[in-house]
Amino acid sequence: MHLDHSHTHDGPAAVSADAVRPDGRRRALRVGLGGPVGSGKTATVAALCRALRDELSLAVVTNDIYTREDAAFLLREAVLPPERIAAVETGACPHTAIRDDISANLEAVEDLEDEVGPLDLVLVESGGDNLTATFSRGLVDAQLFVIDVAGGDDIPRKGGPGVTTADLLVVNKTDLAPYVGSDLQRMARDAKAQRAELPVVFQSLRSEEGVSEVAAWVRERIAAWTAA
Amino acid sequence: MNRATLLVLADGRFPAGGHAHSGGAEAAVAAGRIKDAADLAEFCRGRLHTSGLVAAALAAAAAVGVDPLELDEAADARTPSAALRTAARKLGRQMMRAARATWPSAELDALASVRPKGAHQPVVLGLAARSAGLGPEDAVYVAAYESVSGPATAVVRLLSLDPFDATAVLARLAPDLDRVAADAAECARRVPIEGVDALPASSAPLLDIGAEAHAAWAVRLFAS
Ligand SMILES: Nc1nc2c(ncn2[C@@H]2O[C@H](COP(=O)(O)OP(=O)(O)O)[C@@H](O)[C@H]2O)c(=O)[nH]1
Ligand SMILES: [Mg+2]
Repeated sequence: MHLDHSHTHDGPAAVSADAVRPDGRRRALRVGLGGPVGSGKTATVAALCRALRDELSLAVVTNDIYTREDAAFLLREAVLPPERIAAVETGACPHTAIRDDISANLEAVEDLEDEVGPLDLVLVESGGDNLTATFSRGLVDAQLFVIDVAGGDDIPRKGGPGVTTADLLVVNKTDLAPYVGSDLQRMARDAKAQRAELPVVFQSLRSEEGVSEVAAWVRERIAAWTAA
Repeated sequence: MNRATLLVLADGRFPAGGHAHSGGAEAAVAAGRIKDAADLAEFCRGRLHTSGLVAAALAAAAAVGVDPLELDEAADARTPSAALRTAARKLGRQMMRAARATWPSAELDALASVRPKGAHQPVVLGLAARSAGLGPEDAVYVAAYESVSGPATAVVRLLSLDPFDATAVLARLAPDLDRVAADAAECARRVPIEGVDALPASSAPLLDIGAEAHAAWAVRLFAS
């Protein structure tokens, strides 16, 4: 038995984080979107697809809790051709499928690259879970954590791995702040205290700017990934 | 060979996709056949002595070095439900990924390259055991135990069954597990001489029918 990590594989890629595919091409950047149910992850995915699909080759993997609703929504909205959207079944535990046992997600990502590739970007949405759910570094290269102002303006203060460690924290639905009495300044202050230099974006998908700041962040990530 | 390797392979948290599958329990719960711990025990006993036995024998045969492609065909022939063949290959592909990352071997690479979308899970499991330096007597236990631990965990989620009761169900099945493991190992030992026909072919029609129905549901918690 040999546990040599430089072992060469001639079959399909075995190692999750490999940047290069078996055919020698650099694989797509993989970005995860996590956060509580209803915060606007699917809406952000849809908006990102609309913003980026003309300049990048895109695909989406959804991880629903018990349905294919997210995939169905994206299909209905026709943000991408159906063959670019894949749904992973998670046995009621999206956090397991994105963190502890990422095999089904890796296979979905790899199949998309095989079938509709080459791809520049794969967005992986986690079914709404809890504040501790984060993506494995073996599955994604960067992750967004999406919360909304209606879920309570104390979520940034409470922290948790998603809020504190995500590469980008998105505070969504700022248009609703006046109606739910959420203090955006306070959310920004608390987020800063939890995240130090890590970036935070406040957005409303109902506004003119919509997803543009997040899209800009994704473009920067792609540029860095391609240059690496 | 390190004995403790068996614990790594048998760990329910071994990242090979099992958590998303209920082993037919979700369909049985919906049909009202599993309502409590006693029903779960009967369900598990039935699964263990049918598809569990077949899986264990396939795993053992792969662990002793029988051609995995021949075993893969034998597994197909022993899995009448198309939905279950699909699930078994999906899980086999996930097991392959985990095994190649943990116990890399030329034999695993070879099977992965001819079955890129996955061979039947018990076959890959047996080959993983072999690559890990384990023997058929270990492979049978992992396969047999998985055949009941999967449904038990799933029923805890599906029925909010007391997890202590579910674990007690598994504990009470230990003598059955020993018997199935021994039978499966015995069949597998005969395969190099008698061919794959020496493998058991027991099946549970209700599991097959349930799996076909379940695969068509629009809303479900588990993939199978
Ligand atoms: N007012 C408002 N509603 C939003 C915004 N973003 C998403 N929503 C709505 O919030 C609901 C939940 O969004 P969804 O993307 O499905 O949440 P997910 O569970 O995180 O994927 C949907 O009805 C969206 O239309 C926003 O910026 N402002
Ligand atoms: Mg969603």
